Parts: sequence; C-alpha cells; structure tokens
Amino acid sequence: MRIGVFICHCGSNIAATVDVPEVAAAARRMPEVVYASDNMYSCSEPGQQAIVEAIQAHNLGGVVVASCSPRMHEPTFRKAVERAGLNRYLFEMANIREHVAWVGKHKRANTAKATELVLMAVEKLRLNRTLAPRKIPATRKVLVVGGGVAGIQAALDCAEGGLSVVLVEREPSIGGKMSKLDKTFPTIDCSSCVLGPKMVEVAQHEHIDLHAYSEIVSVTGYVGNFAVTIRKKAAYVDWEKCTGCGLCMERCPSLKAHDRFNEGIGATTAINIPFPQAIPKKATISAAHCIRLKTGKCGACAKACPSGAIDYEDQDREFTVTVGAVVAATGYDLTDWKVYGEYGAGRYPDVITALQYERLLTASGPTQGRIKRPSDGKEPKTVVFIQCVGSRDPSVGRPYCSGFCCMYTAKQAIQTKEHLPDSQSYVFYLDIRAPGKGYDEFTRRAQEEYGAAYVRGRVSMLYPIKTPDGEKLLVRGADTLAGSQVEVEADLVVLAVGAGAAEHAPRLAEKLRIPYDAHGFFLEGHPTLKPIETNTAGVYLAGACQGLKDIPASVAQGSGAAAKVLGLLSRGELESDPQTAGVNLTRCTGCGKCIDICPYGAVQELEVRGKPKAGVIEAVCQGCGLCTATCPQGAIQLSHCTDNQILAEVEALCRC
Amino acid sequence: MPLLNKHDRRPEHREARIVGFLCNWCSYGGADTAGVGRYSQPSDLRIIRVPCSGRVNPLFILKALLNGADGVLVSGCHPRDCHYAEGNFYARRRLEAVKRFLPTLGIDPRRFEYSWVSAAEGGRWQKVVTEFTAQIHSLGPSPLMADAPEFDFLKECGI
Repeated sequence: MRIGVFICHCGSNIAATVDVPEVAAAARRMPEVVYASDNMYSCSEPGQQAIVEAIQAHNLGGVVVASCSPRMHEPTFRKAVERAGLNRYLFEMANIREHVAWVGKHKRANTAKATELVLMAVEKLRLNRTLAPRKIPATRKVLVVGGGVAGIQAALDCAEGGLSVVLVEREPSIGGKMSKLDKTFPTIDCSSCVLGPKMVEVAQHEHIDLHAYSEIVSVTGYVGNFAVTIRKKAAYVDWEKCTGCGLCMERCPSLKAHDRFNEGIGATTAINIPFPQAIPKKATISAAHCIRLKTGKCGACAKACPSGAIDYEDQDREFTVTVGAVVAATGYDLTDWKVYGEYGAGRYPDVITALQYERLLTASGPTQGRIKRPSDGKEPKTVVFIQCVGSRDPSVGRPYCSGFCCMYTAKQAIQTKEHLPDSQSYVFYLDIRAPGKGYDEFTRRAQEEYGAAYVRGRVSMLYPIKTPDGEKLLVRGADTLAGSQVEVEADLVVLAVGAGAAEHAPRLAEKLRIPYDAHGFFLEGHPTLKPIETNTAGVYLAGACQGLKDIPASVAQGSGAAAKVLGLLSRGELESDPQTAGVNLTRCTGCGKCIDICPYGAVQELEVRGKPKAGVIEAVCQGCGLCTATCPQGAIQLSHCTDNQILAEVEALCRC
Repeated sequence: MPLLNKHDRRPEHREARIVGFLCNWCSYGGADTAGVGRYSQPSDLRIIRVPCSGRVNPLFILKALLNGADGVLVSGCHPRDCHYAEGNFYARRRLEAVKRFLPTLGIDPRRFEYSWVSAAEGGRWQKVVTEFTAQIHSLGPSPLMADAPEFDFLKECGI
C-alpha cells in the first residue's frame, strides 16, 4: 500500500504544543509511507484539496490524517478521500488534538506521542480493506418520547412533512410543563391559549398516533428500524368509550387524591381528567386512591358514566411499533428543594414552588386564579421570591444555572401586582440572567413599572412568626449591594426551584443507548455543532432533556429535531455501515459462542457441507465486535477492527 | 517538569509506556471531552479506539504487557449504558478475570486497570488517566523489559 500522511496544524491548536513538521518528517520514515506533509487546516477546502491532489499525484492507496478526533472529522475526510477515487475505508485518523495537543503541556513529549499515534494509524491502515456500504430500507415513521411543547412541535413538524408519528406521553395528557403555566414571558401571553391549539392539532392530525399515559419499555434495533415496545398504563377507563364529560369526577367520593397536575395544591378526585383542555380529554383512575380498587366497595363512577367506560379490571397493555427514528423530548422535573432546611424543608405550607404559584395564578387552577395562601386561604400582601433554590449551588450538587427562573420570577412579580394591586413583591436574587430578545427589558419592567423590590443576596433562613396582622414568615437575608442585613415579614414565599432532568430520564437513555451526564441530561453529539443529534444514529433530542432551556428554545429544537428526522428518512433507505463482522469458514468450528453473545441476533447458524458454521447477517450487524472477542478460533473478525489490526497497533506502540 | 524519555532509566525522567483501549461511544468521547475542556493530563498514555469495551480480547492486554508495556488501561461505557446494550457486561467479567490472572503470568496486577467513563465526563477521564499514570510510575518500568535491546523508533526518526 502506498500511504500518504497528512499532519494538521489546526491553526495553533495543534502546532502550539506539537512540532508538526517534525511529526511529518518522522512519518516519511514509517513503513509503506511514500508521502507526508503538514497543512494549516486539513479540514478546510484547500486542505481537503491538497489531500485529493496528493492521492492523485502520488498514486496513494491509503491515507492517514493526523488532526482532531475522528468523532469530529472522520466523515469529512472519508468523503475527501472518496473524491480522489479511493475507497473511503482506506483511511485512518490519528487524534493528535484532543488526545495530545490540548491535554499535554510538554512540546517534546507531545511530539513524540503524536508521532507514535501516527505510526499506530499507519500500521492499522496497512491492514485495511476496501468496504462498500449497503442500502437498507428505513421505516418512514418516527417515535417522539414526551408530549411537552418540544415533543409536540417535533411531532407536528414531522407529521406535516409526511411522516407517521407515534407520540408517547407518560402523563394522562400531553402539554407538559407549559400546560401548567398561566402566562409566558417575555410578553405575558396566555400559555394555554398558545399551546392549546397545538395540542388539539396533535389530537386531530391524521399522521399522529398519540399514546398518553404510556411509557417506553424497551428499544431494540437501530437507525431506520427501531422496534419499540410501549406500555399503556392501566387507566381503569376505556378511552375508546370515554367522552371526557366529567360526570365521574362529580360523583367520586374519594376526594383526597394527590393532584399531580396542580402540583399538589389542593386535592382531586381518584378518577379525574387533569385539566379542562387536556388532550386526550379522558378520565384516569388513580389506583392508590380509588375506594373500589382498594376495598372493592364503591363503583360510583361506573354508575355515573353515561357511556359505560369504567373498567375496574383494566390492566397495563404492551405493544410494539417499528420506527425509523426517535426524538427524545422528556423535558425536566423540579429538583428536590426540601434539602434546604433553611427554607423549612417543606414544613411551612406558605413556602411554595414557583410552579405551584403558577397554578394559583391560573384561572383554571384550584383557586380559580385568585392568589390565596395555602395555610389559611388569605390573600397575601407581601410576597417574597427566592431565586436559585437548587440552581448554582454546588453544595446540593446543582452547580448549573437553570436558565429560565430569573425570567419567570420577574413575570410572577408582575402578575402578583396585577392580581393584587396593593401587594409588594421582594425578589432575592444572585444575578439577573436575562439574555434573550426582550428579556432584560422585561426584568426591568418588573422593577420599574411594577415596583418589585430586587435584593441581591441569598436568604439565610426563614421561620414563622406571629404578628398583629396574623401569622407570617420572617425572611432573613443579606443585601450584598447595600452590605446590610434584610428582614421581610412575608405572607407567602415563592421558591424559584431549579430544574433537573426528568425523573426517569437516565432509564430512558439506557434504553435508547445514548449517554447522559451527571445530572441526567442527555448528551448531544457535539456541544456546539450537534446540539440535536446524539451519538446513536437515528436518535435526536429536543427541549430541556438535552439541557435546560425556555419555551422558544424548546420549540426551536423540536422543529430542528423534526428537520433532522425528515432529512434522515426522506429517501426511504439508508446506507448501512459496512464495518461488520465476517466469518472465515475454514477456521469456524461451529461452536456457536458468537451466536449466543450477539446482542442483535446478527449471527446465525448455517450448514456448510454438512457442518455447522456461523454466518453474519450484515444488515443486522452493528459492528460492536463482541463476537470477535469471543471466538476461540479467531474465525469471526470485525472488519476494520480485526485482531491483527489491533495487535499491529499494540506492537507499533511497544516498538517505539 | 523534566523531559520525559522512555529510555531514560531514572524513573522520574522516564515516560511510561501505557496502552489504553477505549470504547468509541463513551470513554473515547470522554477523552475528547477532556481535550476540548483542556483538562491537562500526563502524556504517557496512547489510546487505541475500539467500538466497544467488549471488543477487547484479553489477548490484547496480555500482548501489550508481555511486549513491554508498563501499563494497560481499558475504559468503556458505564454498565447499563452501553451503546451496544450489553457489551460492557461481557467486558466487565473478562477484564476482572484478566486482572486476577496476571499474577499467574508474573505480572503485577496493578499494571492493568479498567474504568467506566462516559462521553460527558471529561473531568473524570482526567482523574482516571492521572491516577493510573501515577500508579504505573510508582511501579516503575516493566521488569519484562529490563534486559531488552535498545531500539528507539523515535530516535531513529530524529525525535
């Protein structure tokens, strides 16, 4: 093989700590290398052109590029090599930026390391073979997990683009966190008025198959053809028959069920429809609270239901769908703020979360939009907002900024003034973070037009006190700008509780085989350039599950994910990765170990001249190489990552 | 920091020869994340990219150690979070068996470690590399190479 080696300076990214020309000079002495050069930016247009020209001028049969991570630019260079008429798999990369230049300080040690990595790549390349991708049919159907605003947007855009959509939501209704909000910033627009029509569109769209109150059980398969098992949780109501009239709720005698939709403000009936605009508008029985399901005696809802939809024998049902791509849009959940003993750890009823406050502000909420404090139902005169509760606080393991709390706190301060004109709001903040169109102006309006008093500092403690005006909460904190202590007698305290990944997000990530970070957020393909893709082909991210973001950004990412899915499935077929396993039949003894170990069932038993042998179904093989590591004979080999290739790399290293 | 050289027998001046086998999806990504975040590390480790930690044949580890590597590190996705669903479960069993088998070959088992680092964990990768490199330095050069003939490809190349 005539090998060409191209060492990239990457501007000064590599060249600052690696002697690039010296690595190129060393490469010229490596086996089968006939050409080596260094380029300023190999990935740039002239850089790629230089590779193409060198392949043609020197009749190269293989190329090594030493530059950034292959996870970044391997596809780029493979295309360049192909343009020069070479098979794209006669190419290897040495990662001398992320693994050398950016982590090592010593230039000579870095240069030596870069040279060895190039030598390893050359040794591997010498054993590369030409490979050709195959076409595989793709299912023109997409699964969207999560029916919040990001998932709704992704589902609608995919459906408009002509794809079939399966939308799965764990709660009885879609709408997500946005459906719980009264108003949205920075315009104080009505949340349910802007979201409601989108939810209705989902319900009515001919291409969208909505499964509310359902969860993902398992995901198998791979891009183009994922087999997804979905569990429809037992609602104890036949949704085919339920008309959403709500008569059952009126008759239900179990009145103390936890109201999930209203964030536990007030209670609800054991059988309920979460909110008037719910999609689908169907009743669900909470088994933990239903008297009939607990004791066998009741049946009031069954008697009340005019359509005979109640079914106490209902059970979870599982079914499987095949989809070509998956959009994960599982959103966020509030973090546990009860770790804060200084804020009462949940003991004081008048210390509530901002999301609970949102339910108090909403006309469709438990108080019909009148602000009443939970302890005694009185209207508060003084409301204290405390920001960054579980955000920007490494002491509780939440070092990050939740991003949207500054804005909704300002919005809630404005709404408080509008609901209660003689009230006074205090906002304890660390910094006001309002980077967005019209955002900073909005927080200023809260202060200047609506008179919210902003105090820069943390609240150190709060505790209940008795005053002539009744029971209040004494909020004690610091004003770090004035350098003084502050005490406020508050009627109601609203905590801007930080957000974290949705409760079961890591379990979903494991099913989708995508990585997640220490806080449970799904990991994007690249922090700047691939914010929607994941490292698993065919799985995309939308909304807060990837990282906290506000509604406009979630909607944008939902549309972005839909565009990615539409692009992926537009042709109806995909190119499979040809780096699959293959069997050397003369070596194979037919022991069947590879058949047992393959996670995809891609190896099957064949009969060759009366003897059992292993055979690989190339379209199913995903190239993990488990079989190769298991085969006692070394008969089954993963192409491009054969035992001999890895050993060649090891030996090259040990030789240096 | 003194100039490191594999053939300098003074332990504090000598760069160790450490081979890393990293799965493409998690640990290789984690090493990339560490690079992008400029988490500085000792430069002794050389990384070989494999699709899955389950692809690592114990033979590779033994070959490296018997051919004179001072240490071998295998790193994959966290158990349960494997890109190939279950590859790292197989890896975990195999790698633990290898570790226990090393003394039989007369190799100090501390010369071989395995770890689980996700693509998000740049800081963790820095810690794993730094600690393992320090461990290998404290063990000193591989005794298998004590009387090996001197051949230095880099010196041949003028580096």
